[in-house]
Amino acid sequence: MNVSHLGQAQPLAQRLAELRGRAPQRSLDARALAALAANPGCRRRALLDAAGVDKAAVAHRLGRPAPFGQSPFAIARGNVFEYRLKENGYAALLEPLRRHLGLPEHTDTPLAVPDLLHRSSPAVRAGRTRVALAEAAADPAAWTLLDHPMLRLTVAGSPAYLEPDAVVVHGGRCTVVEIKSFPILDGSADPAKVGAAARQAAVYVLALQETAAEEAGDKAGEEAGRPTLPSPYAVPDLPGSPELTVLLVCPKDFTNRPTVAAVDIRRELATTRRQLALMTRVDQLLGSLPAGTTFDLAPDEAGSPTRPSEELADAVESVPAAYRPDCLSTCELGFHCRAQARCADSVDQLGPGVRGELGTITTVTEALKAAADLNTDPTADPTSETRPTETRPAEARLAYAAALRAEALGRAAR
Amino acid sequence: MSLLSTLARLEAIRSGRAEPLATVRHRHLSDRPMVVVPLAAAGEAGAPLAVLLGTDRAAPRLHLVPQPLNRTQRFDFLARFAAELLPYLESFGAEVEQIEASEKDPETGEKTQVFRELCADAPQLIVPNPGSIRHLALLGRSTRFRRTAEDADPGPYPAPTRVPLLGRWLTHLTERSQVPGSSLLLPMTGLLARHWATGQSHLEDQHLAAQLAWHSPPPGLTGAEAAELAETERDAHGQLTHPPAGPATDPRFDELVLAGAITRHDAALVALQHLTTAGQPAAGLTTADRPAERQRAELLVKLASEQLHAALESVLLPTWRDVWHGLDLLRTLPPAAHLAERWESDRWSYTGHRDRLAAGEPPQPKQDDAVTAARKLAQREREQVRVDVQEALDDPLVMAERRLAGEAFTGVVTEVTPAYDTSGRSPKPRPLVTVRTEDRPHADPGREAHRANGLAAQKAVIVGADPAEGTITVQVTSGMGRKKEPEPGSLPEPGDRITFTLFELTPRQSAPLPDPDDTPWTHGGPPGSADHSPTAAEEWE
Ligand code: SF4
Repeated sequence: MNVSHLGQAQPLAQRLAELRGRAPQRSLDARALAALAANPGCRRRALLDAAGVDKAAVAHRLGRPAPFGQSPFAIARGNVFEYRLKENGYAALLEPLRRHLGLPEHTDTPLAVPDLLHRSSPAVRAGRTRVALAEAAADPAAWTLLDHPMLRLTVAGSPAYLEPDAVVVHGGRCTVVEIKSFPILDGSADPAKVGAAARQAAVYVLALQETAAEEAGDKAGEEAGRPTLPSPYAVPDLPGSPELTVLLVCPKDFTNRPTVAAVDIRRELATTRRQLALMTRVDQLLGSLPAGTTFDLAPDEAGSPTRPSEELADAVESVPAAYRPDCLSTCELGFHCRAQARCADSVDQLGPGVRGELGTITTVTEALKAAADLNTDPTADPTSETRPTETRPAEARLAYAAALRAEALGRAAR
Repeated sequence: MSLLSTLARLEAIRSGRAEPLATVRHRHLSDRPMVVVPLAAAGEAGAPLAVLLGTDRAAPRLHLVPQPLNRTQRFDFLARFAAELLPYLESFGAEVEQIEASEKDPETGEKTQVFRELCADAPQLIVPNPGSIRHLALLGRSTRFRRTAEDADPGPYPAPTRVPLLGRWLTHLTERSQVPGSSLLLPMTGLLARHWATGQSHLEDQHLAAQLAWHSPPPGLTGAEAAELAETERDAHGQLTHPPAGPATDPRFDELVLAGAITRHDAALVALQHLTTAGQPAAGLTTADRPAERQRAELLVKLASEQLHAALESVLLPTWRDVWHGLDLLRTLPPAAHLAERWESDRWSYTGHRDRLAAGEPPQPKQDDAVTAARKLAQREREQVRVDVQEALDDPLVMAERRLAGEAFTGVVTEVTPAYDTSGRSPKPRPLVTVRTEDRPHADPGREAHRANGLAAQKAVIVGADPAEGTITVQVTSGMGRKKEPEPGSLPEPGDRITFTLFELTPRQSAPLPDPDDTPWTHGGPPGSADHSPTAAEEWE
């Protein structure tokens, strides 16, 4: 996202394209980008996403397809809610927004809703959005609603196109508005769902920051007659910059009427940035890959993959993963990586907490061996902080725990 | 997660089967629990889709909402749910015992003896998972304020009479389930996970069938393999062979099975209604064909309804069987010693709610006022401490966790030396007891210790520890009677195996009176300024 790597963008993009093979590039949507933040330590995911590999297709070919899906009822309900918000000139949407943002009554300043060319290609739409955003930000007195704008975010040298539900612009600043169909019940909503929405909104805010920075950079460039692109993060107050608080519009209680919750997304923003920074360092990840590595599924004419799954598995294996059980709900490769973790006898299969507890022990076999190790000095004080350096704390504690467990269960110590 | 339960998980990975985390059963199980498996309609909070419930595992009862968006059908469903559930809940209200207590007169401060009714037993609902509890809580929230035709101002959409009552019970039970150690409403995943470790993470244990798979994997499969089948295996129609335990259904089921069945049912219903209201017979038919046409339409509705029932039953029955299977497993464990005591708190809770309903109090507010919220929080913290202590006393495997944490020690008494406190008028026994143990408690001299599982409560003070010898010496300070010499049997003897804890064993606890949230408002002050307004405007759409 920074300009520094633009010089090598071409070779990088080429290598990523090789990884992807014949499949069309899967552009990242905000949901996918937000999910990155769920497991920031995973290079496998960072690389596959950077290359635009269709992870779902890969998982399918590997024999452990992702179980994700959305119920048609949920989709329909979401659409109905959004439709109701927007009918009659956004009446239902504006009512709670007005209260939150201090929007004027219709009579004062009319709300502008520019046409954002929804039928065009993403690139055209993004260009149009950028112009509309700049216009709206230029007039601090105006109130503008961008309905489903298209934002562009550079991820690992490639553009990702993102579509927030709405962006409201006033006073030279903009605010991301996300429409969600989970309710705010008696003033509070499901924290997990709010968290997911916040992570997603953070991606939009990041894209808006990038847009604002580019816009400012273009202007500066025009004026000074040379291209300068400032860091998007150094100057947070550029015209058109997004607020770091986003608005969630949700059904109120059990009704279809909307209510608004303001969510501070600064923390999510920081995580997402870090994760994207990792992705822009994919060249390092690429460097450690065996030559010729590809995730190409080699589809035949009918589109069915022909790549042998063992070969594909080896390719996936060549990028280090950081499996944790919540991968199962956040990453298409979750079931595959779990099977691998199990196969590798890794204690990761039980979760990061266990990993922390076991210190340097990384496999189940090692752990059970330590637990069964009668030679571990039982009188070595496992709870004391001042023990000789050669005693291995995790092992000693495990042996002690095993002895206690055997005693309580009336088993002979192993 | 403690290292001991991690160890159990590691063992389960190796053995391929669930491994014990308890030697006794730590939750009360009713002789006649009601199993409730609720399903929610996707996309709308608290919208019911179906429920399978009953006290007889051979005869589950299925109720469903044919069109989840239809308000009338939803009310019908809730009325049927209430008709099934309320008689069970109410059946425990009749048999009571009288409990004597003393109460302070708020004006005179005088203590008077009172008798309070305590129901002899209480209902128990078992649901598949915590998600089911949240769903029931939402149902409770969405129904308890409904107005019915019996209200003075019933509003435009009066609910069936017993629906608000259903909401109040569901609210009470789901609230109570937040209290540690309570057993009026329990999720099976949590019950199993409390007593056995699987070789997978807590997250994966949320899937009831996957967790159970570790208990009885099919021959030739490890627990992990069986669990993965339970999570992912699909039949030729793309349907999970083991549907999720709810409250959400599998999206592919919604898409490929449920959506079609609902549409067909809707269409059949519309056709029938059309016949009933339309003046003209369908094209090409004469008025004489009307009865036949009607019969046909009725038949189509019936068929569509049966299909819908069959579809939902097919995804509910596996979970129904799983919950009962879980109960079988739990019943193989002997009950813990403190269960009766904790169940009595549940009985108080049940009795309190029964009394509040009888007193005609308003439904539970949407939000607790500050005082109530603080009291509930305090109650939960207190109960957590109580449960932790009781479980440790009831189960050596739980005590082992405390020993591992340095909060208790177990060992063999090597020496008992008489000693006396002569500072007072008459000398008091203060014997020294030395225990040989491999445990390494945080036993600093001067720290108070408590003898676990003695005949009477007994306190001691740590006087010294000899790590080289592996011994700890305590001075016993109480629980020996009032005489100069300790009562016979009140002290351990050399060779006895004994446990001391460094935490208190009797968390301050008054007589088993109802907890704050179970105290009728008539006894505990005004219900506060919380919003009770019936919400006629709060309509489902
Ligand atoms: S499932 Fe695998 S690839 Fe995906 S985030 Fe987890 S470890 Fe990384």
